[in-house]
Amino acid sequence: MRRLMSVLACFVVLLMITTASFAAETLAKKQELSFNVGTEPETLDPAKSTGVPEAIIELNCFEGLTRMDENNVPQPAIAESWTISKDGKTYVFKLRKTKWSNGDPLTAHDFEWSWKRALAPETASEYATQLWYIKNGQAYNEGALKDASKVGVKALDDYTLEVVLENPTTYFLQLCNFPTLMPVNRKIVEKNPEGWFQDIKNYVGNGPFKIVKWEHSAVMELVPNENYWRRDQVKLDKLVLYLIDNRQTALSMFETGQLDWFDDPPISEIPRLEKEGSLFRTPYIGTYYYMFNVTKKPLDDAKVRKALTMALDRQMLIDRVTRGGQKPALAYVPFGLADGKPGADFRTVGGNDYIKENLAVAKKLLADAGYPNGKGFPTLTILYNTSENHKKIAEAIQEMWKKNLGINVQLTNQEWGVYLASRDALNYEVARAGWIGDYMDPMTFLDMWTTTNGNNDTGWSNKTYDNLIFGSFKVADPISRAKMLHQAEDILMNEMPIMPIYFYVNQNVMKPWVKGAVRSPLGFIDFAGAYVLEHK
Amino acid sequence: MGGYVLRRAISVILVVFVVATGTFILMHAIPGGPFKKEKALPPAVQRNIEERYKLNDPLWKQYTDYLSNLVRGDLGPSFKYLGRSVNDIIRDGFPVSATLGAWAILFALVVGVPAGIISALNQNKWQDNAVMAIAIIGVSVPNFVIATLLMYVFAVKLRWLPVALWGTPKHVILPMIALAGFPAAFFARLMRSSTLDVLSQDYIRTARAKGLSWYAVVVKHVVKNAILPVVTYLGPLIAGILTGSFVVENIFAIPGLGRYYVTSIYNRDYTTIMGVTIFYSAFLVLVNFLVDITYGWIDPRIKLVKAKE
Repeated sequence: MRRLMSVLACFVVLLMITTASFAAETLAKKQELSFNVGTEPETLDPAKSTGVPEAIIELNCFEGLTRMDENNVPQPAIAESWTISKDGKTYVFKLRKTKWSNGDPLTAHDFEWSWKRALAPETASEYATQLWYIKNGQAYNEGALKDASKVGVKALDDYTLEVVLENPTTYFLQLCNFPTLMPVNRKIVEKNPEGWFQDIKNYVGNGPFKIVKWEHSAVMELVPNENYWRRDQVKLDKLVLYLIDNRQTALSMFETGQLDWFDDPPISEIPRLEKEGSLFRTPYIGTYYYMFNVTKKPLDDAKVRKALTMALDRQMLIDRVTRGGQKPALAYVPFGLADGKPGADFRTVGGNDYIKENLAVAKKLLADAGYPNGKGFPTLTILYNTSENHKKIAEAIQEMWKKNLGINVQLTNQEWGVYLASRDALNYEVARAGWIGDYMDPMTFLDMWTTTNGNNDTGWSNKTYDNLIFGSFKVADPISRAKMLHQAEDILMNEMPIMPIYFYVNQNVMKPWVKGAVRSPLGFIDFAGAYVLEHK
Repeated sequence: MGGYVLRRAISVILVVFVVATGTFILMHAIPGGPFKKEKALPPAVQRNIEERYKLNDPLWKQYTDYLSNLVRGDLGPSFKYLGRSVNDIIRDGFPVSATLGAWAILFALVVGVPAGIISALNQNKWQDNAVMAIAIIGVSVPNFVIATLLMYVFAVKLRWLPVALWGTPKHVILPMIALAGFPAAFFARLMRSSTLDVLSQDYIRTARAKGLSWYAVVVKHVVKNAILPVVTYLGPLIAGILTGSFVVENIFAIPGLGRYYVTSIYNRDYTTIMGVTIFYSAFLVLVNFLVDITYGWIDPRIKLVKAKE
């Protein structure tokens, strides 16, 4: 890979340098660090997991062909080198001679078997799509192809792995660090395919740490994996991962010194934590937005949708309501994703200025649509899933639309599952939504608005948009590909089936002595290089 | 007595059957499903999962399969926590919730009952007013407020006790008090009014007239007669404490079963919803049975078996 993302550095925070002091660092005698994962993991099988908490645990117990460095660039890991064919479709990985945590040798066959297992229909992996990039991966996963040997991953010998892709996928090396693509130990998994990880003695990995204790819904303890090929680089003696849902409780534990680091403090505490210097914001590739049901009047008119989108004051919403230091989203794809030219950012190139928060223009658009000063405009209903935060945001937007456009808005909330069903059935007018990227490429945000995509719950369909997205799959040249994606976003932002509101950030509450851990914009944390400074 | 136990046993089976059927119908009536998430799955992947967990079988088949597994004591695999069975979840969580609940009830009895007696014996004096004032606070302040307050004072500020989690006796104290607040206050009020009621009875006056000491009268006659409403309330209270411990367990990060009773519904984790509901209902029928037996022991006038038998 041509270092496409190497200068993404500026968007990834290397926590090592969060304090700017140049004083000599003294390491604490006890190298023990605790982090609140925030929930009981649903599974620890990397092939089947879907959430960030699970990924954090798995990525510290496993290592893929590549591992992300602090600048979020994939670096050689279990693969020590690779070659990529001219058409960008064939990768040949040369693997290091490494071992599983139980001492078994780890070979290219393990990768071949693990990837095919994740794709096999009977494994029923929700994230199998992360392997659809591989030749015949989708067909095998969907059951159309029964012969696994036709899937484009093959161990040429014990330490050479050949991967053939369906299309040139510029971000494939990055995907090699995703949980779904981690190798799992065949001997152990085959004995109990569903629950092999439940007994931690069986949790054989190949990453920097291994689990030694798992108390459900309470705590997990990890120690270094002595068989990790870079064992000398792991500095922690013990990593404690709490599984506590309640953020107020996590905050209390943080304040009494039982916890070094956690996410998402209660909103009311953010200003205080910020003043104390315990709050660190790291980028998080996600967008909070509202969807318009374009099949319903008057939202079928793009002028109406645009007027609504323009009639907000996003900065005020962030300062007064969400209070989390988020960035106003005046475009859809968030910052932090690669553009065509090495080092360029997709958002910076495209500009965060598609939406002009211009009241005069908004009013004019609404008048053009036949509703001067909001006259004759039917009452709109905003749907959100029951939550105090979503409610506050909806109330603020209700007020802004009323004040700015003279439109009456009702709020309605539904329990999560019911809300998803309503969205899916297009049984709403305006609905709150959010999207966190699955990988570091604009595609993870853009492909969902194609006509047939299951996440396009707006009823919006645009042929040119679809052609641009599907066409870009075949393009190996990153610059022409990025151009197509920008064109697609142009269409999306011109038609406005969705109203971007803000770009997410990760709110870390952390003790100043925690160093060396790397948090990626996907929310994952690499503890391999983490260490603890001396403190009282 | 044997006939009585048999009748009760049959009623337990009936109750479990009705609860299982009702829960099954209600649970499938709410929109959504265990694998419907914010990120929509491609249809093929959705199909793989439904096949894997037999969710594409017709509902009547899912129902009969569930019942036949239930008869064998198998509550099925959780849809949310892969690789764990609902039996595992109950086995891990229930002892924790039960321990906490038992301590809370014990604490409520030890504090509430004597407070109610003291209050009644000193009717309208300062002791009575003080106890009743505290009791009003106890009844009206919700347990999450008590929990947060206790945590702030005793764990964060004074640092006498751990903030959260479970494992040592020290971990029990704060959640126990938080959970016991309401029942203790309720017991105090209940005990006060029933004690006042008993005190006005003729036999108390007779006992006093016979020359029994006030202390003996209170212990032997008053308490024994006045405690019956408290015992009656124990059944529903145990139910309330176990199923209502969710909030306190969440605040103190206690790995009990209470959380599953609530979160399984949000997650549409069908097997866990069924398993936990059935388990609790069977348990509560059992507790009520025990309470009924206790009646007969405390007050011989209450007969469980008709005289003819």
